[in-house]
Amino acid sequence: MLDKILFYFFAGVAVGSAVLMVTRRNVVHSAILLITALLATAGIFLQLRAEFLFIVQIILYVGGIMVLFIFVIMLVNLDVALQQIQFARQKWVALLVALALAGQVGLMFWSSRKMPGQGLPVLTAAAAEHLPANSEEVAKSLFGSYLLPFEIASVLLLVAMIGAVVMAKKRT
Amino acid sequence: MSLEIGTDMNALQATNEFLRLYWAPLLCGVAVVAILPLIAGYIVLVERKIMADMQARLGPMRVGPHGLLQPIADAVKLLIKEDIIPDNADKLVFWLAPVLSVGAALLSLAGLAIGPAFQIAQDINIGILFVVGISAMGIFGIVLGGWASNSHYSLMGALRSSAQLVSYETAAGMALVSALLLTGTLNVKSIVEAQNKEGIWFVLLAPVAFFTYLVASIAETNRAPFDLPEAESELVAGYMTEFSGFRWSLYFLAEYTNMIVVASVATTLFLGGWLRPFARVPWLSFLDFAPPVLIMAIAAYCVLRVPKQPTRVQQLFMLAVAGLCFVTALVLAVPVVLPIIKPSVREAVAPFYAGIHGGFWFIFKVSVYIYLFMWLRFTLPRYRFDQLMRLGWHFLIPLSIINVLLVGVALIVGAYFHLQGWGLLLVTTPAAILALVAAFFILAVEKGHDARPDQTATSDFYVG
Repeated sequence: MLDKILFYFFAGVAVGSAVLMVTRRNVVHSAILLITALLATAGIFLQLRAEFLFIVQIILYVGGIMVLFIFVIMLVNLDVALQQIQFARQKWVALLVALALAGQVGLMFWSSRKMPGQGLPVLTAAAAEHLPANSEEVAKSLFGSYLLPFEIASVLLLVAMIGAVVMAKKRT
Repeated sequence: MSLEIGTDMNALQATNEFLRLYWAPLLCGVAVVAILPLIAGYIVLVERKIMADMQARLGPMRVGPHGLLQPIADAVKLLIKEDIIPDNADKLVFWLAPVLSVGAALLSLAGLAIGPAFQIAQDINIGILFVVGISAMGIFGIVLGGWASNSHYSLMGALRSSAQLVSYETAAGMALVSALLLTGTLNVKSIVEAQNKEGIWFVLLAPVAFFTYLVASIAETNRAPFDLPEAESELVAGYMTEFSGFRWSLYFLAEYTNMIVVASVATTLFLGGWLRPFARVPWLSFLDFAPPVLIMAIAAYCVLRVPKQPTRVQQLFMLAVAGLCFVTALVLAVPVVLPIIKPSVREAVAPFYAGIHGGFWFIFKVSVYIYLFMWLRFTLPRYRFDQLMRLGWHFLIPLSIINVLLVGVALIVGAYFHLQGWGLLLVTTPAAILALVAAFFILAVEKGHDARPDQTATSDFYVG
């Protein structure tokens, strides 16, 4: 019961703030609403007992990336940005993409409904005490089963980082 | 009939479980939120007193004996001050920012364990990450508050603050990683237990990590010598310039709560949490008597000072303080004295002892760490912004990354030779020295680069 209440609360906050984020004109307000949406998503992770994902979401997205976002936003002259007409011509494209996405999700649900027993995997709720330790399990699967993809992603990020440094150095 | 009683019992158990799971932490949380402003106020008083002592003056002396009631007077003054919101400020964000700051700081306290029994969020798996991650969110309060004030000084303060936090969080995180390598767990209680098992505090096994965390935590809490975001000689009061009264005091509360949080994290990870110094050395167990004796000495000193007080009210107040210390000393003395008088109760008072003395040692270590903060504040002059950035990026981050690598290598070598406890020093000390040498080498190389004539100082405008 409590789980359901928490889920609908966080999901509602996430969706609501995401909608508000797109419709605000003020960039800083949008950023604050994006932070709210990210925090609500973290809340859903926590409600699913994925503690490690919860804190990683907060440390990386909220504590790291959003601080940089806001830092950059503050360097931009907001008054100029406010007067420009924004995202006016993308309305129909956006609608099309949204419809396509909704159709895709709907199709998935519809097709899974027709396959009894093989549809969307539904896990029965386990008692919190019986769950394996969260961060340890994440570490095991990252450095065990998924070591190669993990290393590839790391190398990709390293290349991006070195590239950024090289590009920044060239200017001076 | 019996079935009904059974369901009643079940219902009772369920209620008990519900109370234990939800209401006890809630009540503890409310208590912490209620008491913390008072504690923060007294930390301010202690800070002013220490500052006065270091500058050979008396400090606040007017309200109460030796200014002991000054925090309460300050709080009342702040509460009844006029609340000003600038005309061109972004009202909503201006309102939100201090609340964010103080909310994040208070929330992160929930993950800390003050003694083996006192923890609001019991035994969370992510433990220390929770504390660090949530307290890092307080930066939004500073940045958004600075932006919403619609003032140049505030904006500069906010920009500096975010740049500073992003730079130093990496170093702090890496320092945490090298300490966590030694424990292999994130759980706050298990970290302290691991130090108990090894019989050595991690500050000795990872001194470089402790040093890095110390510097980075000063920078993260925006304290002198790294208080660039509120540098009064350049930016009036930085991000707090436009805030007054209660909102300003919220920022203040957040700053001091953050100090407590970083001090507690350092205490848990490096200084053995609630453990007594040398908890595993039997012939040093007389240290158990240190807490009650220490507090009794404070009580005695207060009684000695009574005749020197100028007025009768102040004499009574001094006696009251002495009485309070006396009662605290008695409470601390009970669990160590009882087993000597009556050895059969040793088992019964053990949890009681662990709780009370654990709390004492934890608070004692946190106080020492905060004292270190104050000492540094009154000793070192403020850094310039480019110096601050250079220290962070050219020295601390390389140092902490190298240290993580070397601590890992040292632990593998230690495991190979089956080293434990104090024996681990044989491998971790060379690792620490090597890390320092490497970091200084990198610094020297960087300095050589910077000294080239074509590279003048960068013109970042937030340097001020």
